[in-house]
Amino acid sequence: MVEVNLWLGLRDLADGNDKVEVDAKNIGELLSGLAAKYPRLEPVIEAGVSVAVDGRLIFNDLTEPIAEDSEVYLLQQLKGG
Amino acid sequence: MTQDSVKTSGFKVVGTRPDRPDGVDKVTGRAKFGADMYAPGMLHAAVVRSPHAHAKIVRIDTSKAEAMAEVKAVATRADFVDGLKGEDWNILENVMAGEKALYDGHAVAAVAATSALAARDAAKLVEVTYEILPHVTDVDKAMEEGAPVIREAAANHSVPDGMHANVVRFHESGHGDVEKGFAAADLVVEETFQTEATHQGYIEPHACLAQLGNDGRGEVFCCTQGHFNVQKICAKLVGTDASQMRVTASEIGGGFGGKTAVFIEPVALVLSRKSNRPVKLVMSRAEVFRATGPTSSTSMDVKIGMTKDGKITAGQGTFRLQGGAFPGAPADFTAMCAFAPYALENVHQRGYDVMTNRPKQAAYRAPGSPMGAFAVESVIDELCNQLGLDPIETRLKNASKEGTKASFGPPFARIGLVETLEAAKDHAHYAAPLGEGEGRGISCGFWFNHGGETAVSLALSEDGTAALSVGTPDIGGSRASMCQMAAEELGISYDKIRTTIADTATLGYNEVSHGSRVTYASGLATIKAARDAVEKLCGRAADRWGIDRDAVYWEDGCAKPSGSNAGDFDPLPLAELTKNMGATGGPIVGHFEATPEGAGVSFATHIVDAKVDKETGQTSVVRYTVVQDAGKAIHPTYVEGQYQGGAAQGIGWALNEEYIYGDDGRLQNSNFLDYRIPVASDLPMIDTVIVEVPNPGHPYGVRGVGETSICPPLAAIANAVSGAAGVRLTQLPMSPPRILEALDQQANG
Repeated sequence: MVEVNLWLGLRDLADGNDKVEVDAKNIGELLSGLAAKYPRLEPVIEAGVSVAVDGRLIFNDLTEPIAEDSEVYLLQQLKGG
Repeated sequence: MTQDSVKTSGFKVVGTRPDRPDGVDKVTGRAKFGADMYAPGMLHAAVVRSPHAHAKIVRIDTSKAEAMAEVKAVATRADFVDGLKGEDWNILENVMAGEKALYDGHAVAAVAATSALAARDAAKLVEVTYEILPHVTDVDKAMEEGAPVIREAAANHSVPDGMHANVVRFHESGHGDVEKGFAAADLVVEETFQTEATHQGYIEPHACLAQLGNDGRGEVFCCTQGHFNVQKICAKLVGTDASQMRVTASEIGGGFGGKTAVFIEPVALVLSRKSNRPVKLVMSRAEVFRATGPTSSTSMDVKIGMTKDGKITAGQGTFRLQGGAFPGAPADFTAMCAFAPYALENVHQRGYDVMTNRPKQAAYRAPGSPMGAFAVESVIDELCNQLGLDPIETRLKNASKEGTKASFGPPFARIGLVETLEAAKDHAHYAAPLGEGEGRGISCGFWFNHGGETAVSLALSEDGTAALSVGTPDIGGSRASMCQMAAEELGISYDKIRTTIADTATLGYNEVSHGSRVTYASGLATIKAARDAVEKLCGRAADRWGIDRDAVYWEDGCAKPSGSNAGDFDPLPLAELTKNMGATGGPIVGHFEATPEGAGVSFATHIVDAKVDKETGQTSVVRYTVVQDAGKAIHPTYVEGQYQGGAAQGIGWALNEEYIYGDDGRLQNSNFLDYRIPVASDLPMIDTVIVEVPNPGHPYGVRGVGETSICPPLAAIANAVSGAAGVRLTQLPMSPPRILEALDQQANG
């Protein structure tokens, strides 16, 4: 299981949790797992999110691997300017 | 993608300052910008724009325009695809209004005629009947109860119940307990700030030449930061396959984020389809101001607590961004970037994306970050003043480092903020005495930077030279840095490589040139493509020598046997291997296609001296120093140019530039006489210091540099001006009337 830190604005959509756990080996599995476990997060994920894995900011690559002990944060979708 | 080891020394080409490959073309007029392309039988287009900030479109009568002999086509919303959803619908609605005009300048119709003059005359003959609606252009007023609603049900899932319908996105992040943090502070300062919308001010207006047949095959030549994005959007809006839409990027006369959006290309395509002729469409300067994207304007509240010795105990920010008539104001970025330079145990930030009757905001170098930095860094400056603390030492005491939990959540990887602060502290500028009437301002700034989808191709020629094709328009000198990186890997000289911005039919999808991504992502792709080519070259050498591929390595532009066991062979130079490549396996081309995800974030620290004339309110920036982490400067002259450009645009944003709307909701200053950007005589020589803390996500350690340079200037200049004037300036631009008003308020208590 991977522990995922959510940003504050998502807490109400994840049953009041700011940390949740999902079974995932990469970012694609992490996002689909989050949507399945917390359906109210689905529109957030569909609208686009980014993920930080051990301090690395992953903008949109779903194939990036995640280890069980990785420090994972869900982030608002990061884009260029 | 896994990360490779980072090369930090031993460069032969990288880090040097060769002549720019596009220089001669640009100074001789050979370079083709958006409006420089012509086609046989070409028509000229003009756009009919709403004079109202908010109005229902009751009727459009095009009969008089169509009766003109010179007019070959007239287009309205009915000529575009129907049934689009989400962001695609938003883009179409902005390109051509549907039921309502949402801002002064919103396109409602377009005509194509045999001359530009005839097109303009015909546009005046298009009769539009409007039912004028109440409007709102101010962010705070747009959030008030009773404010006109720009569009019902535009808000997404993020907006809490009870907010006005004009609030369409909401962001909240942070950690710790800010109330506990404020209670632990010796001093708490809370202030409200405003910034006005500013335009990117690119000198070249939007321009395109487009052709679309009824068979759905289209061609576009246009001025853009992302021709693959133009391809995608145009195909959707006119209803054809993306692969049938070939788009070529022209040279670009400035973009700064503002040319990442699409405005005119679908209009020209629709007119072309109706007339069966190529159509050129070039915006006037007034159209650029009225109908393309400036920044958001903002209203912000920031509260920070600090101990007597300079430790920040808590930070709290509320950032309200006006984004025009569509969702998308970067309130989330403002919130996430504002406190990022500091390691805070207690931090909380909220961002509101608010719709108004203005043109849709567009990216402008680090969208959202400069405004948040203005608010936060101004409050830090005020705390330092009141507590008698050194502004750089205080920032060093609180600076984010590798492993710091960022204000937006995750820990930072390797970053260079401390190094920029140390370099600023050691710079002669910081120790120089101030003149009479001068103040000195310091500010830090932060930006994420970006990777994105990238594809490049590197073709070797028989004569030992190389043709590099990239898909990211060159908005800041990237052709030079690409040539340098390819030369470094191949071991041939810089001038033996030509980099071309390839069209959409030539390469895989490339994301827009934005997010300071080009030197990072296309650079990484260039290095990998060159290594792919080198791998193939080594294979050819192995075949020629009759040894294993693993027994060959590449050094100084030659294939060499890896040791005495591999055999005694003379090195084979690149040109020797390409000379007969057709007969030894065929053409040699290196490729790379991926989405690099290792763009390192970056920080900057700026020092500004400003002088204020208290009689007139006139401000002069007398000295300016930019210190920024580039990771690795591939072409230091271009890096310095980016630093100077960010500072120069920041000076305009801080002191002069603003969108001014009348009570009628119409833009009052849509030209460069009334909207004044800084010119060379307004600016001091801007000194630069390149700090290099390698980004572990790039083979040479590159971090993007194009955007971070505009993050600190608003705050650094405001802190200098506030020091010189003796009163805290909280509203941008700090134009003479605003400075005089602040001085009057101070004098009158």
